[in-house]
Amino acid sequence: MSPARRRTLDRWLPWLVPLLIVLFWQWLVSDGWIASRLLPTPLSVLEAGWRLSASGELPHHLLISFQRAALGFLIGASIGLLLGTLSGLSWWGEKLLDSSVQMVRNVPHLALIPMVILWFGIDETAKIFLVALGTAFPIYLNTFHGIRGIDADLMEMARSYGLSGRALFTHVVLPGAMPSILVGVRYSLGLMWLTLIVAETISASSGIGYLAMNAREFLQTDVVVLTIVLYAILGKLADESARFLERRWLRWNPAYRGGQVQ
Amino acid sequence: MSPSTLFHPRDGFPEPHAETHDSAIYREISATSRPRAGSHLKLEGIAKRFGKLAVLDRLDLEIPGGQLVAIVGRSGCGKSTLLKLIAGLETLDSGQLSADDQPLSAHRDDTRLMFQEARLLPWKRVIDNVALGLAGDWRPRALEALREVGLGDKAAMWPAQLSGGQRQRVALARALIHQPRLLLLDEPLGALDALTRLEMHALIEKLWQRHAFTLLLVTHDVAEAVQLADRVIVLEDGRIGLDLTIPLPRPRQPASPGVSALETRILHRVLGRSEPDGDEASPHASRPPTP
Ligand SMILES: Nc1ncnc2c1ncn2[C@@H]1O[C@H](COP(=O)(O)OP(=O)(O)O)[C@@H](O)[C@H]1O
Ligand SMILES: [Mg+2]
Repeated sequence: MSPARRRTLDRWLPWLVPLLIVLFWQWLVSDGWIASRLLPTPLSVLEAGWRLSASGELPHHLLISFQRAALGFLIGASIGLLLGTLSGLSWWGEKLLDSSVQMVRNVPHLALIPMVILWFGIDETAKIFLVALGTAFPIYLNTFHGIRGIDADLMEMARSYGLSGRALFTHVVLPGAMPSILVGVRYSLGLMWLTLIVAETISASSGIGYLAMNAREFLQTDVVVLTIVLYAILGKLADESARFLERRWLRWNPAYRGGQVQ
Repeated sequence: MSPSTLFHPRDGFPEPHAETHDSAIYREISATSRPRAGSHLKLEGIAKRFGKLAVLDRLDLEIPGGQLVAIVGRSGCGKSTLLKLIAGLETLDSGQLSADDQPLSAHRDDTRLMFQEARLLPWKRVIDNVALGLAGDWRPRALEALREVGLGDKAAMWPAQLSGGQRQRVALARALIHQPRLLLLDEPLGALDALTRLEMHALIEKLWQRHAFTLLLVTHDVAEAVQLADRVIVLEDGRIGLDLTIPLPRPRQPASPGVSALETRILHRVLGRSEPDGDEASPHASRPPTP
């Protein structure tokens, strides 16, 4: 296979199966095998997307959801990174933090929803709080393990070259833990959307989750399916951005260099 | 200069200040760039134990400046521990380490240790690995150091893209850029193939002759020791079991009669504690007399 041909295939082949599924779905519904009351056709979903975009409703809700997700993730990731670094680097940090964090981690954070509504009502803080809570743990864990997993020989070498404190952290510890941290980021980004969907579905007056709930009340299945498709796209985008970071920050690692040299 | 001052906050200074701060560094560099004599090393009554295991037991050793000393001995006899003690990576239980009649701890920056594995930071390009721990305008110096080990064209590569021998040469450049007066090599060639080893021998000898540092080379290869060293030391039972001067002129031919005779003598000493099979209980364990 020529490299050019291979690149083309590489790019388009993954879309083949989804495309076939969509075509099959369209045929199932439009030929009457499934009642369109229960499952709208792909075309009517597209139509709903068009209609809501034109009215400005969809961009409005999308933006709000995106803001919640981003802010919650930023807060959660920072906390996870900070605590993970503390307990990864110091004996005291581990003893004081790790078992407490592990304990809280085992509580499904969505179980807190009733409490969160009680504390924050249904305003923004509640959703951002939940997202932050959900995303902090994977990043905490992976930062901790990433730091603990750094080659002791490299640390010894760096010390023998006079590195200590901040220099040791930025030149050795952080880049050494980065592959693991990015695994945590990827996992957290998945949890970020999951948490937000649930939170918005249960209590919100805006956002994609609210759009879906509202549509369900009025039996607008096309809008419900539209929101599901949106979640799929958003999830994919989040994953792609994590992979972008991996390719950028882990360039040195042959496993992430994506085939090309340098 | 203490290790902590190696990393100057100058790194982060905004441009307008760069000139004044860099000129301080240039002074530093020019002050150290003329060839400096190798450290005169003195070890007195060195003892080190790990738990119950006495690895080094009141070891005495004096090495004149600029000498190339090879240290051989059975695996686990404490060769690496000795080098780490000299490099300040382990603490002494008792004894004195000095260089040029000063405590060795005052010479940290003049001492560099190279390990069996290259220990390059995989996330830094070759040239940034060489410049580890340097501040100021190090690029020209790092390139020069890479050229010295024959890798001037590999500056922008990642360590993962180099061969084992090339990685060791990068590690050598990283040590040389600090212009050490004492260089400690801990089986640096142990993992290399025979041809690469020969190349590295020549390179190490050339660099040692050019820079005139004191060089301690730990090796498990007696032929390598005799090939390179002014003096071979056999470490056994935590002390010096044999201290042999190699009076052969340089450049030395491998496998010449003089080399072979010395090799045999050292090998006997290293293996002499038991049969070559390592059977400690053997009643016929030969033990050649101490010279
Ligand atoms: N950090 C350590 N803790 C406990 N034992 C050690 C440590 N480092 C080395 N040793 C032991 O000390 C002995 C000498 O080790 P080493 O100096 O590495 O030997 P060599 O380099 O000659 O093979 C070995 O028995 C080893 O197991
Ligand atoms: Mg060793």
